[in-house]
Amino acid sequence: MDKSGVNNLAGKLVMLSLTMFGFGYALVPLYNVFCDLTGLNGKTGVVSSEVAEKMEVDMTRVVTVAFDTNIREIPWEFEALEKKVSVRPGEMGEATFVVTNKSDRKVIGRAIPSVAPTQASVFFSKTECFCFDEQLMEPGERREMKVRFVVDVDLPQRYSALTLSYTFFAIPNQGKVAVEDKELFRSRI
Amino acid sequence: MSEAVSHEEHHDDHDHKPSGIGRWLFSTNHKDIGTMYLIFSLIMFFIGGAMAMVIRLELFQPGLQYVDPQFFNSMTTVHALVMIFGAVMPAGVGLANWMIPIMIGAPDMALPRMNNMSFWILPFAFTLLLSTFFMEGGAPAGGWTMYPPLVGQLGDGFPFLIFAVHFLGISSIMGAINIIATVFNMRAPGMTFMKLPLFVWTWIITAFLLIASLPVLAGAVTMLLTDKFFGTSFFIAAGGGDPVMFQHIFWFFGHPEVYILILPAFGIVSQILPTFARKPLFGYESMVYATASIAFLSFFVWAHHMFTVGMPLTGELFFMYATMSIAVPTGVKIFNWVATMWRGSMTFETPMLFSIAFVVLFSIGGFTGLMMAITPVDFQYHDTYFIVAHFHYVLVTGAVFALFAAVYFWIPKWTGNMYDESLGKLHFWLSTISVNVLFFPQHFLGLAGMPRRIPDYSIQFAEWNQISSIGGFVFGVSQLILVWVVIKCVRGGEKATDQVWEGAEGLEWTLPSPPPFHSFTVPPQISDASAH
Amino acid sequence: MFVKKLRNYIVCAAVSLSALWSTSASAEYALNLTKGVTPISREVYDLHMIILYVVTAIGVAVFAVMFWSILHHRKSKGAVAAQFHHSTVAELTWTIIPVLILVVMAIPATKTLIKMEETTSPDMTIKVTGYQWKWKYDYMDEDISFFSSLNEESNKIRKGESETNVMDHENYLLDVDNHVVVPVKKKIRILTTAADVIHAWWVPALGWKRDAIPGFINDNWTYIEEPGIYRGQCAELCGRDHGFMPIVVEAVTEPEYLAWVEKMKTQPVEINPEKLYATHCSTCHQANGQGLPGAFPALAGSPIAIGPAAAHIDIVLNGKPGTAMLAYGPQLSNEELAAIITYERNAWGNDVGDVVTPEDVQAAR
Repeated sequence: MDKSGVNNLAGKLVMLSLTMFGFGYALVPLYNVFCDLTGLNGKTGVVSSEVAEKMEVDMTRVVTVAFDTNIREIPWEFEALEKKVSVRPGEMGEATFVVTNKSDRKVIGRAIPSVAPTQASVFFSKTECFCFDEQLMEPGERREMKVRFVVDVDLPQRYSALTLSYTFFAIPNQGKVAVEDKELFRSRI
Repeated sequence: MSEAVSHEEHHDDHDHKPSGIGRWLFSTNHKDIGTMYLIFSLIMFFIGGAMAMVIRLELFQPGLQYVDPQFFNSMTTVHALVMIFGAVMPAGVGLANWMIPIMIGAPDMALPRMNNMSFWILPFAFTLLLSTFFMEGGAPAGGWTMYPPLVGQLGDGFPFLIFAVHFLGISSIMGAINIIATVFNMRAPGMTFMKLPLFVWTWIITAFLLIASLPVLAGAVTMLLTDKFFGTSFFIAAGGGDPVMFQHIFWFFGHPEVYILILPAFGIVSQILPTFARKPLFGYESMVYATASIAFLSFFVWAHHMFTVGMPLTGELFFMYATMSIAVPTGVKIFNWVATMWRGSMTFETPMLFSIAFVVLFSIGGFTGLMMAITPVDFQYHDTYFIVAHFHYVLVTGAVFALFAAVYFWIPKWTGNMYDESLGKLHFWLSTISVNVLFFPQHFLGLAGMPRRIPDYSIQFAEWNQISSIGGFVFGVSQLILVWVVIKCVRGGEKATDQVWEGAEGLEWTLPSPPPFHSFTVPPQISDASAH
Repeated sequence: MFVKKLRNYIVCAAVSLSALWSTSASAEYALNLTKGVTPISREVYDLHMIILYVVTAIGVAVFAVMFWSILHHRKSKGAVAAQFHHSTVAELTWTIIPVLILVVMAIPATKTLIKMEETTSPDMTIKVTGYQWKWKYDYMDEDISFFSSLNEESNKIRKGESETNVMDHENYLLDVDNHVVVPVKKKIRILTTAADVIHAWWVPALGWKRDAIPGFINDNWTYIEEPGIYRGQCAELCGRDHGFMPIVVEAVTEPEYLAWVEKMKTQPVEINPEKLYATHCSTCHQANGQGLPGAFPALAGSPIAIGPAAAHIDIVLNGKPGTAMLAYGPQLSNEELAAIITYERNAWGNDVGDVVTPEDVQAAR
């Protein structure tokens, strides 16, 4: 048997397995690119306001965008001022969300957006958004946050209603956080 | 090469083996390591089986009787990990260790010391995994798929689970490298690739699947580890990560893994059917190509395990079509096996019986697999007992039955003694009947709406669960017959001839039974005419 | 000898098995997928039946050939093995025919799948949020929001705290305290998400299930044609009590639905400490407050439950990170939390005697 041949081949196979380990990690950015292209995980796109303003407006139809708010393990109140708005594709839409820190502590939160149906999320872009940024709220602070968005004219005809959902999470490791207001999330048991 | 070997021949004579415990601890001999793998996997088969018995006992009737729901979840989780990584995979590697060198006319595996290491990592890794049962927070209970965020709720056992998976992966990758290096470098002169026995072929392809997919799993579980302890947010939505991404990465490994479990079984059956039909394997080349294309396709179908996470339509359609296409090469294999039996001169010793049962019952598992490929219907089947029935048909009556067949087929070669044929037949009939009583009703349960991984159920599911449990207990007890047969065969019995089976062909059957400790130290010459 | 004995056992087992079969034959067996009550669920059922017939037909054909061969081509019958090992025509045939069958199968499957994704223009929207281990329903257009968890009687039976035999409780583990009431013949959009881990919302009669994933929102729709009660369960492993968070959808006529909406909007929230404890706490800490040794701590006699109220309120409000103890602050109102905490401090031999008020809870938030 050719010992160097064996070692050579074994070395290559070890390299292959290390490469595949790296590939596992490479799947993370690949996945994000793939999601941007296909809307796989319902995350939305971002466009500059110049691009958005130059978009052609489709006057033939109206799309309803409903707003949904969620909070997880964070002592804030989080609401959309309007429950839904109607926009024409290509037209700039706007929504205002109100966040109130109900606790007596400084709390940092971060909002994650999600659009349903997921297939439509590629056609939904924001020019201005508070999402993904860390938001520091002083005790008792109330703040209005705006989202400006545009629905692409290429949105397939079959989608006439979209939902834009935000979930505010507490940034991990900033001490204990909790609680939301009873009026908003009272359970009827 | 031949010069060096003939020189060695003088002092490294036949059956000159080390004695005592050192023979096993430091073994570099492919036959001894193969034996250790097989014994290890048999032990793990019973540990995993005991957990299955706990599951079936709790599900015997509605209401919670014996175990806490959390412990029940640990049972299903660890049962899967033990059976997949502890029983079926090591058994396949053990058979490869024993058979590949003597099938291709090689004196040993190409990397014998690595071979020793890759085995001894296994008991170590399973000690890590099973020790979690005694820890605060208990054993893993979030399913063998380890989906976050649930897996993060595991207590002290969490890092042990991750490192156990790492070690199991390293062990399998080393085994796979060894197999590829052996087959590529150590074939006897004249043993071309298209003359390799099909078992060797399926193992080469399996080995490549292992090397390509297990590191991805290692990466995924490493991300779980850093998410929990080092502040990364790969899968944490709060940090901008995506829990569904874990499922994508996991199943990118997970689907090839399924074929890692089943391809060696295809190889085994492709050795046994021609032997007992006394007729060459039908369509050898198309078998090789079908195996390779199944392996290739397995990297493009992963998302069919997660149709319900909410993918865009185009994604669902792609994965539906890709999954359906796997039915084609799999069908080719089934048809070729039937054509191999057609107009043969068959006898029905235990290995043949298990192989025939494999063809029928694996096909049933394949049929239900095709049903689940239809995405809109999978929205109903997903995560129900229909799925449980499906993958136990392919893995128990598929992979495990083929492993039983392999043991009966080759044990006369390994020990030099024939096994007790009537006990073997008893094992076969009891297993085959009970396994169907065990798993067939689970199709009904799933269709009627019983989710998987639940410790208790509504009374409408009571009857079939009871029947299934009875089948499970009988199947579990029947496996003791296998142990009995093996022990009896090792201790003695009718002496086996070199060829053992009348229709057996191939290099391994030219060696004495049992083969000498060092075999093919002088490589045999393969003539152009000899068949695979 | 032994074999003979074993044979006897097998016969015994077979006999008892068939006895079991006949005694329970009177019970209603569900062997097949439900047809469901929506247009989609019927299409799904039809697809299921088509593919089932196709694979059965293929199976019968292949196995018939195989068993014919096994019967006739055996050595004991003097069969002599042929030596053919290849036939391009045969191999091409059994490659091409399956391809054609698959293409034919793919067409209706694709059509149904496209229909299932048509979530557009709903008449109403319900958001479903999975919690460990209960569901929360938000009627997005009505401002109605409530939790729905396992029915008390089922919960008692599974914990062995009830006299009722499990077989006598008709919808054991499939009944909840609060039904999801919906109108028939309306297109209902159902959004799913989760608060902690991944769950899956599944009612077989509606024809689909969908994962509920924290931080993400999935959408689906349904159109129920017949009034009735349709039961389902969580379908994605979500921890210890995954098997105990059922779903009950109650489809009613439009007037009944409107009356229900009116009732939900006006009825005051009922506060029953014992019931609240049973719903939210007893899963882990048990109805007798003893917990589960090694897994969940006892509340009876626990330093927190009989110590200063502030620490007790804190742990219930904020949870204990790294354990299964959730933060209940976001889930429950001050009134409910105060009731639960007061109950815990004065039950099972705990006799602190103090009363935690909703104001105390609000102050700790």
